[in-house]
Amino acid sequence: MAVSLVNRDRLRILGLLSPAYIWLTVAIFLPLSAMLYFSFLSDVPFGDTEWAYTAENYAAFFQTSTYATLLWKSIRLGFTVTAIAMLVGFPCAYVLAKVIQGRSREAMFLLVILPFWSNSLVRIFSWAIVLRGNGVLDLGLNAILPFDVEVNLMFSTSAIVIGLVHSYVPYVILTSYLALQAIDDNLIDAARSMGATKLTILWRVILPLSLPGLLAGAVLIFVPVVGSFMEPRILGGRVGTYYGTVIEDQFVAVFNWPLGAALSFILLAVVLLILAIASPVLKSAQT
Amino acid sequence: MKTDLFLATAIAAISVGAMALADEIRVLNWQGYGTDLDWAVADFTEATGHSVVHEYFNSEQEMLTKLRTNPGAYDVVLINAAFTPQAQDEGLIGPIDASKIANLADVPSDLVENQDLNAGGFLHGVPWTWGLTSFAVNTNDFSEAPTSIEVFWDESFEGKVSIRDDALEAVQFAAIATGQNINDINDLGAVESKLAELMPQIRTYWGSENDWNQFMAAGDLSVATFWSGSASRSMTAGLPVEFVVPQEGAIGWLDGLSIPSSSTKQDAAHAFIDWMIDPAFYVRWAEEGAPASANAKAASALPDDAFNKRILGDPEVVARVQFQRPVSDENREKYLELWQGLKAAQ
Repeated sequence: MAVSLVNRDRLRILGLLSPAYIWLTVAIFLPLSAMLYFSFLSDVPFGDTEWAYTAENYAAFFQTSTYATLLWKSIRLGFTVTAIAMLVGFPCAYVLAKVIQGRSREAMFLLVILPFWSNSLVRIFSWAIVLRGNGVLDLGLNAILPFDVEVNLMFSTSAIVIGLVHSYVPYVILTSYLALQAIDDNLIDAARSMGATKLTILWRVILPLSLPGLLAGAVLIFVPVVGSFMEPRILGGRVGTYYGTVIEDQFVAVFNWPLGAALSFILLAVVLLILAIASPVLKSAQT
Repeated sequence: MKTDLFLATAIAAISVGAMALADEIRVLNWQGYGTDLDWAVADFTEATGHSVVHEYFNSEQEMLTKLRTNPGAYDVVLINAAFTPQAQDEGLIGPIDASKIANLADVPSDLVENQDLNAGGFLHGVPWTWGLTSFAVNTNDFSEAPTSIEVFWDESFEGKVSIRDDALEAVQFAAIATGQNINDINDLGAVESKLAELMPQIRTYWGSENDWNQFMAAGDLSVATFWSGSASRSMTAGLPVEFVVPQEGAIGWLDGLSIPSSSTKQDAAHAFIDWMIDPAFYVRWAEEGAPASANAKAASALPDDAFNKRILGDPEVVARVQFQRPVSDENREKYLELWQGLKAAQ
């Protein structure tokens, strides 16, 4: 009797898990394995080109300083964007979770989610219109201010950071919001009744309790930003060459899939390494 | 009434006669590149009875792969002269029978005798169109068009310069600026330092014709490399730009129409190529924005103010052009490494 119960449980678990895992296998694991396979080939095995197994694509990373320089540049971009998104997103999430209530909260929430409903390429091109010299920002500021200012942020690192923060800040807001909402208001009241200042409450009560959400948001942002290529290419101009754009070039422009795949896996390895190093911090935040 | 009926019968008889010999030929080309114009294909079918079906490629590599993997599937293929020797060497395309292409007589001999189109000792591609990669300037910033490529390094245009994000094009562009042969670059170090000096001048790289037009229209750029055919379209569209072929020279490309060796419809394929280099077709195509024709008679039939006649029709300009030859994989990789290194250093 007990055995059949366990079996039935197992079936139920299998039934609930299999759609997701079959989907992951087909949509992510298989293409990723194909890419891993490509990364060890000497040429793209299409048509009747000759190819062989090789580790040269991985060696190529170490043969020039180009790739390492760009990878470091991308990682720095990842940290910058993540830090700014956290600074911008957390206060917003706090207000949404603890200060405003009811309909207005729904409306504010909608405004946060709204960018998600438009295509990312459209968002980036709208930024291009706003940031360029003689663009919306330039004309708008000059219409308001009594003195002339020239705002031309387009094709600079700032433009890339602005575009990326805008694209990813909703992740921080959503994850922090959920963590902040779970904090019992009585805890805050208790701290206040004991004479804690607002800053102490934030530092000793709210921040530690919502840290898991904040960090989850940070990880969600950091990983795609390090590999981003579209935003740097469109907004960055001359300074917009990053590790991600070089990978894209290998696939799109020079048709060297094996090298592109190898560079991608090196990126994956480095990102995993960074997360592994950060994992003690991430883990302590969860307890 | 009676004559009408007679005419109709005669036309029917002729078209039936033509239908008996009609073939369906399959053309492999870039999409929207001349051969697939509706009116041209309809006229060709009416005149010869042969019908035309198109298939497209997005890169030269894809075109070669399609020829390799589908023998017999294509009857006419557009190949850039820099790739003709490779296609010929792999046995993908066959020799052209010049006697079947009457209009070939009007193509200047230097094009017909082009070394790459005559890979293997015989004509393997009929010269069709050619064009330049040079540069264009924003006429709002220039009262008079510059005559030297050095304008790219002029500090007064810092942050108003653009070149295309393409390793081969960047390297060949700098080769021209350093007075070298684009097909035999001896001093790659000079190319690299010339490009390194150019980098701080650059505002952004451009990728497509559309990019280019937007940057120019927004006033982001004063001077940028550009293709002659695209420049002619941008000028027609009203952008304030002027195409320049500097005294140092420009990069030229030549497209030829070839016939796969596996084609079973040789006569129809030759007829189609003859149709495509005919002045009547070209003049009408040029109205819609065409590259320069290889056919001298077609080029001179253009109105005097046409871009292709005004700028590319000048023999002095043509004499400055260095036509692109095949690039070895080894060089291609070297150029890519150089270009990526320069970009990464920014």
